[in-house]
Amino acid sequence: MDAVLETQKLCKSFGALTVAQNIDFRLQAGDRHALIGPNGAGKTTFVNMLMGVLRPSSGRIVLGGEDITRAPQAERVKRGLGRTFQINTLFRHLPVLDNVALGIAERRGVAHRMWRPASSYREIIEESRELLSTLGIADVASAPVMDLPYGKQRLVEIAIALGLRPKVLLLDEPAAGVPSEETDKILRNLQKLPSEIAILIIEHDMEVVFRFARRITVLVQGEVLVEGPPEEIARDRRVHEVYLGEPHHG
Amino acid sequence: MTHAGGYSADPRLRWPEFLPWIAALAAFFLLPEYLSLGARILIYMLFALSLDLILGYAGIITLGHSAFFGLGAYVAGILSAKAGITDPFLQMAGAAAAAGLLGVVTGAVILRTRALALLLLTLAITSIVLEIANKASWLTGGADGLSGVTVAPILGQFRFDLFGRTAFLYCLAFLFIGWFLVRRLIYSPFGAMLTGMRENTARMHAVGAPVYRRLVGVYAISAVMAGVAGALLCQTNQFVGLNVLGFEPSGELLVMLILGGVGRIYGAFVGPLVYLIAQDLLAKQFPEYWYFGIGLLLVVVVMFAPGGILGLIDKWMPSSKPRSSAKASAH
Amino acid sequence: MILYVISVGLSVTMGLMGFINLAHGVFAMAGGFILATAMARFGVPFPLALVAAFVLVAVGSIFLERLLYSRLYAAGELAQVLFTIGLIFMSVAVARLIYGTLAAPVFLPDYLRGQVHVLGRDFPTYRVFLIVFSGVIIASLWLGVERTRWGAMLRAAVDNRGMAQSVGINTRRLFTSTFALGSGLAGLGGALGADILPVHWGYPLEHLVYFLIVVAVGGLGSLRGPFVAALLIGIADTACKYWIPEFGAFLVYAATIGVLLWRPAGLFGVRT
Repeated sequence: MDAVLETQKLCKSFGALTVAQNIDFRLQAGDRHALIGPNGAGKTTFVNMLMGVLRPSSGRIVLGGEDITRAPQAERVKRGLGRTFQINTLFRHLPVLDNVALGIAERRGVAHRMWRPASSYREIIEESRELLSTLGIADVASAPVMDLPYGKQRLVEIAIALGLRPKVLLLDEPAAGVPSEETDKILRNLQKLPSEIAILIIEHDMEVVFRFARRITVLVQGEVLVEGPPEEIARDRRVHEVYLGEPHHG
Repeated sequence: MTHAGGYSADPRLRWPEFLPWIAALAAFFLLPEYLSLGARILIYMLFALSLDLILGYAGIITLGHSAFFGLGAYVAGILSAKAGITDPFLQMAGAAAAAGLLGVVTGAVILRTRALALLLLTLAITSIVLEIANKASWLTGGADGLSGVTVAPILGQFRFDLFGRTAFLYCLAFLFIGWFLVRRLIYSPFGAMLTGMRENTARMHAVGAPVYRRLVGVYAISAVMAGVAGALLCQTNQFVGLNVLGFEPSGELLVMLILGGVGRIYGAFVGPLVYLIAQDLLAKQFPEYWYFGIGLLLVVVVMFAPGGILGLIDKWMPSSKPRSSAKASAH
Repeated sequence: MILYVISVGLSVTMGLMGFINLAHGVFAMAGGFILATAMARFGVPFPLALVAAFVLVAVGSIFLERLLYSRLYAAGELAQVLFTIGLIFMSVAVARLIYGTLAAPVFLPDYLRGQVHVLGRDFPTYRVFLIVFSGVIIASLWLGVERTRWGAMLRAAVDNRGMAQSVGINTRRLFTSTFALGSGLAGLGGALGADILPVHWGYPLEHLVYFLIVVAVGGLGSLRGPFVAALLIGIADTACKYWIPEFGAFLVYAATIGVLLWRPAGLFGVRT
């Protein structure tokens, strides 16, 4: 089956510092893939390159068969690549509904319209509400995001990404900063995500990783150490060495 | 915040929004001796509105908005004094087109930068236009200004009379159109998107918004409005001087807008009104103290009342907040 | 070169504190006025008057910084721009009240007037003096920043304020002292340059664009940047006025736009 997202020999250096080396990576439709590795392994750098925030020093990125290595971020999003940020990147003063609606309006190609009031676009508002419902946060639709507890803000972050109907979703530490009681809620929402979407999740929380992912890639110092199903990774001695001394979550 | 617009907002007119127009018409009938000052105030309201669009909504900090204002003024004047075009609407169209073109060209070039570089570039551009106006005195009258501007009667009927009646209503009409268009824009999806760009640019990129293109678009729209305001100034005074360009008018406009309140549409009404009336009363008597007072006011407002006059009103009268069409918040 | 002396302080404070201080020209103007007043009213000799300009402006700026500027560090660009514009207006009005509309008269001491014979050509003594003096200032600045502990702390803080703080550097005091130094230098520059750039009530506004150009083109937070930028501007400006007097400052503006588009952080800017 054709990969829906693929990188070929992706490299990135900042001067003498190499943060990514020959990363070969494939994601199929419907995959549940996790990217793990110690701090500073280059995981977020990798995501940033996939999204177009960072230009790779060499290598190719292919999305749905098209080379997007040089494409700007907006175009990648239009082709079906969505992301969430490690630190909440939301429109803090706007209501939750607007946060989601902005993305949906972009997707539907009406965000540039200047005449009719935004609130008259019933379809967008309906879709936003439905999305919030599936994530269980429809009740706070009109609250400004900054008034919400962090865990719910994290869900808004996911909602915005889902509103773009991505074919590939990159989740950058969705459980980061969330108190352990709420991690379960995040996890359950992740498991409810549509099965056609290919999902790449970066996480440190091993409970989330092992309950969610069907394949795991381990990144160490910018290079792929090993890739495989969770049981293999859990038994791999090299992985244990890398994580030896690392605090174990969950 | 109190920025209007967005998907949760109710776009219907609230009753206080009729007040400015009622007040303007009342002023027309009740204060006939002040109509030329009134026209000036209306012009600056339109100018301030154009600035609010990019400053308060799109979040672009600029010191160079006078470039569009001045260009509009000069183009309208030159069309009349040098090319013999006296129809007011043709002059207006020329001014708007020129300002819009400058807006698109300079916007496309400078909106790739941010913060200090952007600020400086806006200042540099208005300085360049000032230099050109200064040096090309065969066209612009240089330091003496451009005189010999004639404006034919509007629609062949309404002459610009000495008492400023026609001028006042003419400016009021354009202000109304400008206000109407801006208000529609604010409440539209485009307006929501502007707010998004100001709030969190990274997020807008990540939802696929072509941020740069949109910024250039709103910058151009704002430039056209400023150009129209400049043309109005030229047409009502029938004269254009170098003081419509450079840092001074940009700085003054910024003060007016901050005074009224940024990002609130009506701050652009309140600010110039208060500022220009105060200036008319005080500046002639005590010019140095006026400048000092303005500076002091600016410092005080920035430190203690960043929302301007409207911001203060909001604090004291919470019932004047915009209605929301969504249900009450859940906490 | 005068531009450099005045603007280097701005470059460092803006790079260090991230504070857009449009009122920097005010300090230069103050220095110029202090020089003129000290010499004319109190008969202070030139060198001493220069010192006075530096010290008084620096001390004055400390008050301003403690009382006003420091409250706005986190306030965002717009607030800073507005605040400093307000300061400009206020000081311009005060200057006009005190000194009227004429430029401050400058009486150069005799030993600095006239011509000096260097390398077979005659140069105005004062210009040579300026170049030499500026060179001394630049050198001492460079030494100060590269070699002293204060300089090391400054460089660290410009590079990464958070880290610097967690290492125990008292950024508050660093800000104040740097601001004082930068403003004092501006005052000195204004005083030194009073002969060439007349000091009058409209000074901060008239030269605002140039100060900003030097800083933005040179790059915030760097010492070399404004030097190169000031040099380039000086050359371009003189060349332009000599060859194509019609276009005056045009070339400088156009060049500024070009440079900033190519390198938005300035030629030597610290890119965030």
